[in-house]
Amino acid sequence: MNKKDAILIFVLIIAAGSMFLLKDFGVSDKEKAKAVIYESDKKIEEILLTEEKEVDINETNRLLIKDGKATMIWADCPDKLCVHQKAVSKKGETIVCLPNKIIVEVQ
Amino acid sequence: MKTNYKGKHAAYIGVEVALAMIVGYAESLVPVFFPIPGIKLGLANIVIVFVLYRQGIKDAFIVSVMRIIVSAFLFTNMSTLIYSLAGGIVSLLGMYVIQKARLFSIIGVSVCGGVLHNVGQILIAAAVVENLAVMTYLPVLIAVGAVTGTLIGIVAKELFNKIPL
Repeated sequence: MNKKDAILIFVLIIAAGSMFLLKDFGVSDKEKAKAVIYESDKKIEEILLTEEKEVDINETNRLLIKDGKATMIWADCPDKLCVHQKAVSKKGETIVCLPNKIIVEVQ
Repeated sequence: MKTNYKGKHAAYIGVEVALAMIVGYAESLVPVFFPIPGIKLGLANIVIVFVLYRQGIKDAFIVSVMRIIVSAFLFTNMSTLIYSLAGGIVSLLGMYVIQKARLFSIIGVSVCGGVLHNVGQILIAAAVVENLAVMTYLPVLIAVGAVTGTLIGIVAKELFNKIPL
């Protein structure tokens, strides 16, 4: 490893850190935080995180809103990565099901 | 001898593809905690970087693409193939350009490869779903890519130094 490598790594980590800090991860007003469901760039539905319900998305995915968090509890995609993603509750966090093009974003 | 060369070359490619596949499979057994679809450590890049330095871009490209396609066929599924291919190709082409620029050592090149791999995947995910929300994880991916790229570079460097041409 030479000096230029070390500088590169340092710069990348600083850049990543700055991007992260600049992100508007506002501790969103708990009353107003909502899960917005998109199919590609089309908004399908919006649910307040204060509610408690199971949402069927296009018959391919199912989202559970409970305790102020949203989780994907079922999907018909082959990899089920969306189901294994952690529950989201903070502004900007997302759950994504790429095969079905479903994006759930907390706003 | 010239008559033996093509056979030997093909054998090396075969072994390298197999190695990359095994490393890729082994790392998939380790659970990764990030909430991003398809996030990987990218350990198979150890082999790719090794081939890039030992045999050049053409061989590295062959090994990388073959490994991605066959792995997707065997271990995951073809629907995520486009993301792996995007990440792999962007990463390899980037590494080739940076290698040629002679700015960094093999470790620096590997760091770029790691970062580009993750960035490539996220860009194509954003394009496919036509939504920029997936970019939220870009900083995490860059940081992780830099760290894993460093480790991968160190291993690839040792391999390159120890294994004779």
